[in-house]
Amino acid sequence: MAVTGAVLVLFLIGHMLGNLKIFLGADSFNHYADWLRTVGSPALPNRTLLTITEIVLVVCVVLHMWAAVSLARRAAKARPVKYAAKRKSQANGYAAQTMRYGGVIIVLFVVWHLLDMTFGTVNPKGGDATPYDRMIAGFQPDRWWVALFYLVAMVMIGLHLRHGLWSAFQSLGLTRRPRVRGLLQKTAVAVSAVLVLGFVAAPVCILIGVVK
Amino acid sequence: MNLTLKIWRQNGSSDKGRMVTYRVEDVSPDMSFLEMLDVLNERLILEGDDPVAFDHDCREGICGMCGMVINGVAHGEQKLTTTCQLHMRHFKDGDVVTIEPWRAAAFPVVKDLVVDRSAFDRIIQAGGFISVPAGSAPEAHSVPVPKAAADAAFDAATCIGCGACVAACPNGSASLFTAAKITHLSLLPQGQPERESRARAMVEQMDAEGFGGCTNTGECTAVCPKGIPLDTIAQMNADYLKAASK
Repeated sequence: MAVTGAVLVLFLIGHMLGNLKIFLGADSFNHYADWLRTVGSPALPNRTLLTITEIVLVVCVVLHMWAAVSLARRAAKARPVKYAAKRKSQANGYAAQTMRYGGVIIVLFVVWHLLDMTFGTVNPKGGDATPYDRMIAGFQPDRWWVALFYLVAMVMIGLHLRHGLWSAFQSLGLTRRPRVRGLLQKTAVAVSAVLVLGFVAAPVCILIGVVK
Repeated sequence: MNLTLKIWRQNGSSDKGRMVTYRVEDVSPDMSFLEMLDVLNERLILEGDDPVAFDHDCREGICGMCGMVINGVAHGEQKLTTTCQLHMRHFKDGDVVTIEPWRAAAFPVVKDLVVDRSAFDRIIQAGGFISVPAGSAPEAHSVPVPKAAADAAFDAATCIGCGACVAACPNGSASLFTAAKITHLSLLPQGQPERESRARAMVEQMDAEGFGGCTNTGECTAVCPKGIPLDTIAQMNADYLKAASK
């Protein structure tokens, strides 16, 4: 769970930085997208980096989901008789309670996101348009519900990472001393917040017309 | 004050069990929760009924015998207290109080609110011995222990093994208990020779008992009457990973 999650977080950081190139204009953004396809060429065939990334991501997502399902099944087996009284959470961690349904929302989002931005199936411009045009078309005000779905999904990812990052540090045994623990808690909050802000910046700016 | 109690009644492990409602009248706010149950039980005995079975021993919060889930919270909502140290002044007249046993496959119900916590004993047993001569007490200063390590080890060692962590965990995990026991030795010089093999054996026994996996929700430490910190779980994971990587 922790290791696959960490790989996915590293990908998200790279993905967010790439997205922010939308603010540098169409050329910069399209050029970056093109570079991702041709990096290492001609020594390496086109799409080498992308193919490797895709394989690693698919493996990590599958293993991450498998770990989550095994934990949930173990939990169900460990408490066959439920409590009659509603269990009141005593820990003040709202994010921890969103992990399972939040994870499902994130998976559904990723499916939509791939159909929208990668394959262009549900994108108004279709798969043949430049990445910049696809992104701009995707978040136009008449498609406000798409932007809204993105925002909700980003908040879910933020909550998922808030607990997930801290939980990964804990599972890897890094939070043994109070000082390091406090520092890593803050790191989890900061990384989650930066990722959410970085990811919502583009859809929001396109929605309100700052980026055209 | 007068209370309505909804208590889990189960006559032995093969009985299906059910919630039964009782009225308790003239409860003094100075009573402990267990004394309030004693009042109910005295009445049930006089009426020829079967008294409600619950575990208890010292009634001063140090033995780890008592424990029940009160209104959905292990040991009740008062922080850092066992059920015996929970007083009725935290309740008010007319309250409906739901009382259930710890719920875990690894803690089968013996009767009513009494569960069998032998799984904890087997985890301790799996930890084995530490390599120190067990003769006369050694000179106290012969093994230096840093103050920070002594404090953290002692914090972990205050675990009374009541099982509230398992009861509160949404996954039914025994990680906080096992981690407390592992940490209290792994931070001290005396615990070093068997540190990794002990962590590995205890974690494997914990899993074999049918407890759930830890997802670091922190529900355990929030209800722990001794406030065992989550740091102990990180210590357990670190020791286990080190042992498993060899």
